[in-house]
Amino acid sequence: MRAAFFILAVVTLIGAVGAIALRRLIHCALSAALAFAGLAGIYLMLGAEFVSFAQVLVYLGAVAVLIVFAILLTPPAAETRAQPFCKPCLLGLGVAVLVFGVVWSSVLASSVVWRPAATAVPASSAKLIGRALMTDAVLPLEVLGLLLTAALIGAVVLAWREKEGSD
Amino acid sequence: MPSLQDCLVLSALLFAVGLAGALARRNAIIVLIGIELMLNAANLNFLAFWRHGPHPEALTGVVFTLFSIGVAAAETAVGLALIIAVYRHTRSTDPEDWQRLKG
Repeated sequence: MRAAFFILAVVTLIGAVGAIALRRLIHCALSAALAFAGLAGIYLMLGAEFVSFAQVLVYLGAVAVLIVFAILLTPPAAETRAQPFCKPCLLGLGVAVLVFGVVWSSVLASSVVWRPAATAVPASSAKLIGRALMTDAVLPLEVLGLLLTAALIGAVVLAWREKEGSD
Repeated sequence: MPSLQDCLVLSALLFAVGLAGALARRNAIIVLIGIELMLNAANLNFLAFWRHGPHPEALTGVVFTLFSIGVAAAETAVGLALIIAVYRHTRSTDPEDWQRLKG
């Protein structure tokens, strides 16, 4: 079981590193999709089947395709720069390593992580999640619906191609 | 089932990788991918703490993660539309070229 988790974790990390380190943009998008898929597997191992399927639907089905479309719609200029990383690249990497060091050391120092977990898989069927969404979380659910509608309209308005001359 | 510590370390690694991508790359789309990776690391933390917490039957972690995925989808759609809109004006997806609003 632990070996399966490590395989999924390595796949996820390879996908994540590839998503930010590869040179071709389309490879970055496909690599990010690999990371999202690995995370869906890890969610499945954690006993959250519904979230895992939502991850596959939303991230692999929608976000990855959206990113690919955005890459196709923004071809690079003729004089592509050879350097894909910006000047203070080392500074950004240093900040990331620093953040990881702080989080990692605090995880290792925490006493919470050593508590034994409940072995029984908690019931998290779609029925129970639906009931929780419709009772306790009904207000956030409605707000999220409003947000998604606004985002849909906003994305269409932003990406609308303006007529030549009206610019 | 993966232990809480394994999940937290993986999540920290994912967050650091996403942060490095968001800070160091010169393409706005990769910056957005980095932000998505950081959001996913947070989702993994939510689920790990839900699974290892004292009251997993309350389903708080699962519900919160679902909301997080929904908000991330909206953010990606608007973010990519913004990148495309700015690209039409500057013919570039490099944030360093977007300096018209610089004071």
